[in-house]
Amino acid sequence: MIKRIAQTAGFSGLLAAIFLTLLQSFWVSPLILKAETYENAGASEQAEHSHEAGAAAHEHGAEAWSPEDGLQRTLFTGLGNLVVAVGFALMLAGLYTLRAPGKTWQGLLWGLGGFAVFNLAPSLGLPPEVPGTAAADLLLRQYWWIGTALATAVGLGMIAFGRNWALRILGVILLALPHLIGAPQPDVHQSLAPEALAHEFVYASLLTNALFWAALGLASAWFFSRATRNA
Amino acid sequence: MTSRTLPSSTAVTLPLSQRLTLAVVSILVGAALIYFAGFSHMELVHNAAHDTRHSAAFPCH
Repeated sequence: MIKRIAQTAGFSGLLAAIFLTLLQSFWVSPLILKAETYENAGASEQAEHSHEAGAAAHEHGAEAWSPEDGLQRTLFTGLGNLVVAVGFALMLAGLYTLRAPGKTWQGLLWGLGGFAVFNLAPSLGLPPEVPGTAAADLLLRQYWWIGTALATAVGLGMIAFGRNWALRILGVILLALPHLIGAPQPDVHQSLAPEALAHEFVYASLLTNALFWAALGLASAWFFSRATRNA
Repeated sequence: MTSRTLPSSTAVTLPLSQRLTLAVVSILVGAALIYFAGFSHMELVHNAAHDTRHSAAFPCH
């Protein structure tokens, strides 16, 4: 069973990560690079790229290594995608041991669920941002993001698998709760990049992630049931 | 790995308690991977996975 989980996560994560990296390099990364030209222009005026309080360990000092633009940067983005995709796929495969998808298309539903949990719900409060966008304290936003994903996952699970109405209603409340609390917002909303670019990035990010999750859901369900047949 | 072949449901090859353990461990390991690439404050990791984070709409910067 462990082998099946590892195989499912490894293969489907790899496939989905390659797919995501391709999509990104066509649509998402060009927007990030464009936004960085505004950010760098702004940064040279301010002489610093500030990170607000509590972010002392997180400064873009000149000495910090970062991948060079071009192939190296794309490779590291692909590597980052791979780690994240295998992580998501491990979660899916773990859940499949409890509820195995009978058909490959059911993986699409799991993928949609993942998209709702890890993209849609957090994006309602913290939309995808290009570099150079003002935002609240990083830690607070990370806490809210993780809390929202957790509440959405448990809420969706209750709605989908709950045996009675009380559980389902509790699930709906859990879905709504993070948005009633509200995401941490900056004092002033401002962006160095033009508004049109920021808007396009929101669509680009959501669409690529939706396609990524569809691919990951389908691939993981296929690999998982394939491993079952061969077991 | 010993797995009995049952005709209809493949999910019954292990008792529920073991499957629960496997699910929880898988989810935790998965979450650790996502945290490392997407959320850790190590500058090196942040810079390397910068575009991954922005693209996935993880809180960044």
